[in-house]
Amino acid sequence: MVCGGQGKVRDGIMSLPLYQPDPATATRYLFFTGKGGVGKTSLSCATALKLVEAGRRVLLVSTDPASNLDEVLETKLTNHPAPVPGATGLDAMNINPVEAAAAYRERLIGPMRGLLPESALRSMEEQLSGSCTVEIAAFDEFSGLIGDADAAKEYDHIVFDTAPTGHTLRLMSLAKAWDQFLDQSTSGTSCLGPLAGLEKQRAIYEATVSTLADAAATTLVLVSRAQRAALTEAERTSRELRALGVSHQQLVVNGVFATKCPTDETAQAMQQRGTSALAGAADFIRSLPSFAVPLRPINILGLDGLRILLDGGAQGECAKTDADNWSPPQMESLDDIIASIEGQGSGVIMTMGKGGVGKTTVAAAIAVILARRGHAVHLSTTDPAAHLAQTLDGKVGNLTLSRIDPAAETAAYQAEVLSAQGPALDEAGRALLAEDLRSPCTEEIAVFRAFAREVGRGKDRFVVLDTAPTGHTLLLLDASEAYQREMERQARCTQPEEVLKLLERLRDPAFTHILIVTLPEATPVHEAAALQADLRRARIEPFAWVINQSLLRSESCDPLLLCREKSEHPYLSEVVEKYATRTAWLPWQAQEPVGPDALACLASTHFEPALT
Amino acid sequence: MKTIHVYDPPMCCSTGICGPDIDPDLVSFSSMLSMFQSNGIKVERYNLGQQPMAFVENSAVKALLESDGAEALPFVFWDGELHSKGRYPTKEERPAWYAAAKEKSGTAS
Repeated sequence: MVCGGQGKVRDGIMSLPLYQPDPATATRYLFFTGKGGVGKTSLSCATALKLVEAGRRVLLVSTDPASNLDEVLETKLTNHPAPVPGATGLDAMNINPVEAAAAYRERLIGPMRGLLPESALRSMEEQLSGSCTVEIAAFDEFSGLIGDADAAKEYDHIVFDTAPTGHTLRLMSLAKAWDQFLDQSTSGTSCLGPLAGLEKQRAIYEATVSTLADAAATTLVLVSRAQRAALTEAERTSRELRALGVSHQQLVVNGVFATKCPTDETAQAMQQRGTSALAGAADFIRSLPSFAVPLRPINILGLDGLRILLDGGAQGECAKTDADNWSPPQMESLDDIIASIEGQGSGVIMTMGKGGVGKTTVAAAIAVILARRGHAVHLSTTDPAAHLAQTLDGKVGNLTLSRIDPAAETAAYQAEVLSAQGPALDEAGRALLAEDLRSPCTEEIAVFRAFAREVGRGKDRFVVLDTAPTGHTLLLLDASEAYQREMERQARCTQPEEVLKLLERLRDPAFTHILIVTLPEATPVHEAAALQADLRRARIEPFAWVINQSLLRSESCDPLLLCREKSEHPYLSEVVEKYATRTAWLPWQAQEPVGPDALACLASTHFEPALT
Repeated sequence: MKTIHVYDPPMCCSTGICGPDIDPDLVSFSSMLSMFQSNGIKVERYNLGQQPMAFVENSAVKALLESDGAEALPFVFWDGELHSKGRYPTKEERPAWYAAAKEKSGTAS
């Protein structure tokens, strides 16, 4: 079933040269960034592999808190560089912020064991468990590789598979933020964040900032798909990073699809969607060197998969991956899932999952359905690169919208603290407080409080939260536990009620329903499974899974799409049989589901096992 | 002599803004100390989260930590003698601190 009309096929597909990394001109530092799910990891790995095959020594680094570098390289990675089997000259590492923070904590606390009493060690540990420490510890490792001339000097190239865009921007601007903060800091005892001895790091941060701005040293590769939201985000990232001085940029459009089957509606619609997205971003695409990578029929996994990504081949691969006797598992519509939640009349519904799987679309569809059934609904996002307005550009009764904008939240928090504390302070005290509030840590706290506030609104209505990509969400959840511990320790507590109740609410199955969203592909499914395990460790139980953009039942005659449809089969089975208690299925849409009608239609699409 | 040593609980900054809650007495205390400094009193602050060795190396501090626990922080010493512990001076108490500081800096000059 296809919701909405068919798009018109337009002539004049924008033709871009194929992306082929050139070892002769490659800079020492290569950053891959882009919206979640566009293929940053695959492209950074494939690029690193090309450089290695040209005889270079390459270090591949992931700074994504929910990295899937392990899965793509089919090897277990740690915080330290390790050789990638089968690719001589290639080392890889994961900067996992949570692990980096644990290591950072241990560096401070470890030497104190036996010297300080247990209560002192415990209170150190608690203070160093906040989200700010996590952020700083990861940034510390990140800048160490760039700003320290001696670090990683045995490598010719360092390729960063960076975190999803919003997070990357934070990492990159942090160097400048700390740098300026230190410049402007007037009192020696002021807030230096949890980074003890920060002054010693200053030279490294300065070098990091100047290396990022050096076109001879650094290339920023903006990865996108031929999709409007991904291209818009690439453009925004391009602009913001240019403003931070990162001017040597390229664009790679991944997964460009041209059908070989002119009579196939699905394939034509898919091609048309890509063509019109590219046409809509034509000015941006022409403003910088831009390249394309064709859609491949397989999931890009392992070194062989990575070679196929840039060089093609293996078109016949899919025939043997699937026996024709596969039958689809039992799945529901999103409507069915909503029907079993709506009875309670209020509460929080959160969509979680890897970037790019359609969390916003699913959240918006849920909000539209609930509102149309007469419930009061509030739809809010914590995604640092929100596309909410784009997905819901119609108006629905009973539905209110908001977005957690980190910059606005930080400014509001600073103003709130200054107006609450200012009157009790003298001028010097106010100046000191204002200075401390300019620390980058403040943003973490402000965003966290905003998240708690949105969750708290679910007391008397439905709140649908389109959460940030997995890693960021985990940091938020981790922060709520750290806060809980710190607050329990404090007798005097003037925190808002919604902050105090946050974790309790997230754990209450009658209050919070978490829907895990995934595509029927290897990496999003496995990342979602890891997310579910993390949630369960935090004693939070997901309510259902949503499989989005499935090509099943698309009845395509395009060989590439048929092949991709077949490659979905094992992942559909895996989700239903191994992970989910309930599973909703959403078909791939010929047109982007924009506006209330298209979203409602998408949510009510039933999976029909009998159909063939 | 005119020296104040402050042993703070673990926190990321001297005003405590990185914690879950801001203690107005802590902010006022920080600002009071910077005023003392500009009046010639030597102020040294140590944060358990960042400079734990300072707590180990001072035997009086270490003994207090062992007997009273980390809950009893902050410890404030005036010229090596324990002046207060467990909290930062309140609005009502601060005038006495200013007076004492004035006297100290006055007698020394």
